Amino acid sequence: MSQSSSSSHRLPRFSLERRLTTPWWLSWAIPLASMALALLAGALIIASQGVNPWAAYRAMFEGAFGTGYGVAETLVKAIPLMLAGLGVSVAFRMKLWNIGAEGQLWMGAWAAAGVGLYLYAAWNLPPWLAILLMMGAALLAGGLWGAIPGVLKGVLQVNEIITSLMLNYVAMSWVLYFVDILWRDPGGLGFPNTAILDRAIWLPKLTWLPLLPKGHRVHAGLLLAILAAVFVWFLLNRTKWGYEVRVIGENPEAARHAGMPTARNIILVMMLSGALAGLAGMTEMAGVAHRLQRGLSPSYGYTAIIVAWLAKLNPFGVLLVAVLFGGLLVAGDQIQLTMNLPRSISDILQGLILFFVLGGEIFSRYRLRIR
Amino acid sequence: METAFIITILATAIRAGAPVIYAAVGEIFAERSGILNLGVEGMMLVGAVSGFIVGVKTGNPWAGVLAAMLAGGLLSLIHAFLTITLHADQVVSGLALTIFGIGLSSFMGQNYVGVQGPQFDAIHLPALSDLPVLGPVLFSHDILVYLTFLLVPASAYVIHRTRPGLHLRAVGEDPATADVMGVNVARTRYIYTFVGGVLAGLGGASLSLAYTPGWTEGISGGRGWIAIALVIFAFWEPWRAMLGAYLFGGVQALQFNLQTIGITIPTYFLNMLPYLFTILVLVFATGERMRRHLGAPAALGIPYIRGER
Repeated sequence: MSQSSSSSHRLPRFSLERRLTTPWWLSWAIPLASMALALLAGALIIASQGVNPWAAYRAMFEGAFGTGYGVAETLVKAIPLMLAGLGVSVAFRMKLWNIGAEGQLWMGAWAAAGVGLYLYAAWNLPPWLAILLMMGAALLAGGLWGAIPGVLKGVLQVNEIITSLMLNYVAMSWVLYFVDILWRDPGGLGFPNTAILDRAIWLPKLTWLPLLPKGHRVHAGLLLAILAAVFVWFLLNRTKWGYEVRVIGENPEAARHAGMPTARNIILVMMLSGALAGLAGMTEMAGVAHRLQRGLSPSYGYTAIIVAWLAKLNPFGVLLVAVLFGGLLVAGDQIQLTMNLPRSISDILQGLILFFVLGGEIFSRYRLRIR
Repeated sequence: METAFIITILATAIRAGAPVIYAAVGEIFAERSGILNLGVEGMMLVGAVSGFIVGVKTGNPWAGVLAAMLAGGLLSLIHAFLTITLHADQVVSGLALTIFGIGLSSFMGQNYVGVQGPQFDAIHLPALSDLPVLGPVLFSHDILVYLTFLLVPASAYVIHRTRPGLHLRAVGEDPATADVMGVNVARTRYIYTFVGGVLAGLGGASLSLAYTPGWTEGISGGRGWIAIALVIFAFWEPWRAMLGAYLFGGVQALQFNLQTIGITIPTYFLNMLPYLFTILVLVFATGERMRRHLGAPAALGIPYIRGER
């Protein structure tokens, strides 16, 4: 464009200007608008299958939230997302990109199954103690599995993104070895499963919950998840250690100068993160599947990353977003049955939501100036 | 040990390394420009499925390769737009790309699991293929493997010996100075993120049309992540990435062939080998980097906003 053209004929120029403060309504409006746009983009993909997207979305919403049964199933799927999401959020607080929640979850389920299937009978434990021991074993196994990338990062500065992810594949092979061979139920009719846990050590169902239909599958893992959220919130916001974690995450230089033990905290945070994901594996094993089996987790550990990030790492936000994504998983199963759409639609929607929310974020940090 | 066994292992290592070379060299270009793209696994998967579908529909594997490159490139533009134009967090955006790519590839490939498609066959090169030892190890492969022999030196040349390569490195090391020098930082980053996507897509096609012909969900089995690890191992140099990819390929070859020489380890443990190996390689590379003070591109992962530091 030439310099001489008068300003009235100038093309508009866009520029971004950093906001000093974000109006309160924007921090709500932007994520909501982003979600709406993500669903719109998803509609195009659904339409490409010759299915009416609005009918599909309606079926999804009704499947997940429209009936008592749907709500119950949504909560069931939300429980592992809550626990693993809390775990991920703790690590992300310290800018530790733990993407190994899936493997940590599997190791937790594995350890809990070992206690429930073998120690419980061998030591003749009372059921309540066996349940506690299953939880303890899951916390420990997930925590130790998370500690591996933690130690590598804290001591040797090895990139935790890749090590934590690689360990997912290792954990998967490890658990399948037990499911398929060592712990395989000989009476399993050819299906690779372990035997079913004794009914006395299943996580109890929350039969007292109002409004849900009889025989729903919502189990005590929900209470554990809520407790865990309170615990994480307290730990991060009300303790000296939590303060250190937040400082190291936001300003590692300052933390170092203040003499905060970075390496030790990296390891501890990764352990806590892994332990929570491990607990998610235990609740899924002892509360839903009641045994160790292939497909125990439909990638809960990966969805948990999205959950944690969308919740802005707020523990109570994680609980809420987990319900939303639990609904998305239920909806995915639902439309597979009723609309003949593949369930991978819900993976695609997860990715799209993350894209659009990520893209929308800039508008809460910057102001778009048109000159 | 028998020579035949060693030759099998080496030849398999080269074949198994090829898809990872494409993805790793692509990621080197993106990261050299300052863009960390953790979406490699997703781009490989969508590349693999697009390449296979187009291959089946046209009966022409080359059309498949083109489609795969295009698909990988298009996906990488989502990451480019989010991180370069909208300054979004590169780690989260890359993870989103991988999750999206896993879903999209399984969605696209739902009717193609188990379908027979075209594939690239081994090409016999006159004279070269008949060499003892070297012939079967290096020259008993399909065209997509041979292309990696050209891609790696060409990429090293472009990065270190050409003007665009100089601009690429400048943008990744010190975007503010590059900007002052008149290099368009955003455009450079867009171009090389796209190149990274194109090569990741090609890596995917080399899986679905050559190495393990056909489509199965999650066909890449973590190779996209392994490629990212190899970039760190390689100190962002294509030659070293090639070396790393062959080491990875060698581990895979051992995984498949140990049983033939009577070593019986349950497959479950053999399946862990490539991933454990990747962790090990990363530990050693990180140690070496610390000792020799070799750094990642200085601006890697940091958005560039003119006038902001």
